[in-house]
Amino acid sequence: MASKPILHYVNGRGRMESIRWLLAVAGVEFEEVFLETREQYLKLQEDGYLLFHQVPLVEIDGMKLTQTRAILSYLAAKYNLYGKDLKETALINMYTDGTLDLMLLIALSYFKPAEQREKEIELVVEKAKSQYFTVFEKILKNHGQDFLVGNKFSWADIQLLEVILMIEESCPTALSNFPLLQAFKTRISNIPNIKKFLQPGSQRKPPPDDHYVATVKEILQF
Amino acid sequence: MAAKPKLYYFDGRGRMESVRWLLAAAGVEYEEQLFETAEEFENLIKGGKLMYQRVPMVEIDGMKMVETRAILRYIAAKYNLYGKDLKEQVLIDMYVEGMRDLYDIIMFLPLSFPEEKENLRYILEKATDRFLPVYEKVLKDHGKNYLVGNQLSWADIHLFELILMIEECKSDVLLTFPKLQEFKVRVSKLPRIQKFLQPGSQRKPPMDAAGLEVAKNIFKFSKDKYLKRQREVLKDLVGKL
Repeated sequence: MASKPILHYVNGRGRMESIRWLLAVAGVEFEEVFLETREQYLKLQEDGYLLFHQVPLVEIDGMKLTQTRAILSYLAAKYNLYGKDLKETALINMYTDGTLDLMLLIALSYFKPAEQREKEIELVVEKAKSQYFTVFEKILKNHGQDFLVGNKFSWADIQLLEVILMIEESCPTALSNFPLLQAFKTRISNIPNIKKFLQPGSQRKPPPDDHYVATVKEILQF
Repeated sequence: MAAKPKLYYFDGRGRMESVRWLLAAAGVEYEEQLFETAEEFENLIKGGKLMYQRVPMVEIDGMKMVETRAILRYIAAKYNLYGKDLKEQVLIDMYVEGMRDLYDIIMFLPLSFPEEKENLRYILEKATDRFLPVYEKVLKDHGKNYLVGNQLSWADIHLFELILMIEECKSDVLLTFPKLQEFKVRVSKLPRIQKFLQPGSQRKPPMDAAGLEVAKNIFKFSKDKYLKRQREVLKDLVGKL
């Protein structure tokens, strides 16, 4: 039996969260090793685990994978969540590159000085609504199907749900002008593996707090 | 006969240059619509052709593709430059993604203020200490001609492009990297690459002052944004690196 994937990261969302979502939804059990000190991080580097001295690191199928988007594409393809042909994969990549960028903006806003943070988050929420949610609402409207691509559940749907929930944490009414996204959110949240992941006790991580920010800053020294 | 791909961008390298390289390496002829004014860019947005209101955009096989990475992956897969299986593909992705940080800071270098001399020094330091050694080691460890699977792939094209960009900053940067020197010579001799390196190809020159003005006007960069941009790019990278 293949061993479980092992995720190496700080105990928080950051760049690893989308990977946790994808594995959970694909029904893949995984282990986590949490980085708490700079020494641990440096040891991973010294032992040659980190190709570019960066985490996330996922040990899977005999490989030590780094670079978030490389990992995500691998998992999406491996677990049949990447479309049925090149064109569907292209659409999924177009959509997820957008959602990943948006989630990165949110993640980075927590590292801004406290007095800038709220304003930054407001800007990101505005951007989410005007540049992203408008677009995805239109996509769903145009084809009238339940899922973003190819009338079939894919990684793009997982990503969109993930970013919707993240934005709603800062702005609970973010979907008020997007009826199709509201229906989408309900529908996707009810998929069994997703429902399970959204329960307390799953490996889903909470929003960043001061402790998480401090840990990351200490480990990466910035 | 299928229509040629059409690239929508301004007349400069930016993020579209990697697409030009990959299409050239794949031997695919393409057209370009290069806008010169803010108005032309805005018309493109108003025409609803840009999913996120940003370029690059490439019309290919009936799609209006945006997001550079998505575009590059599609081309790589279509033209057999993405490895023979999923494990090779993820290696290619890892190698390409690993180059992106360095690629970006070099790309944004022209946006620096003159007083930000440390940016160039920082780039060269990262290139020689962090990035180039990785690829030197990959080539040394397996002793093959190309990065992945003993076959030319998108990772090789991107690395070649990046090497040339770093050399434009410092021409002897490969001095201590013998495998990369061999690699560079090997790739530059491939017929399609040779052709792309000739004057008259669709390869774009480095950004100069005039080009920067055009880009500023089109994308409406403000002076403040430049300084912030470069520092933030560096800060993010410091965080990641």
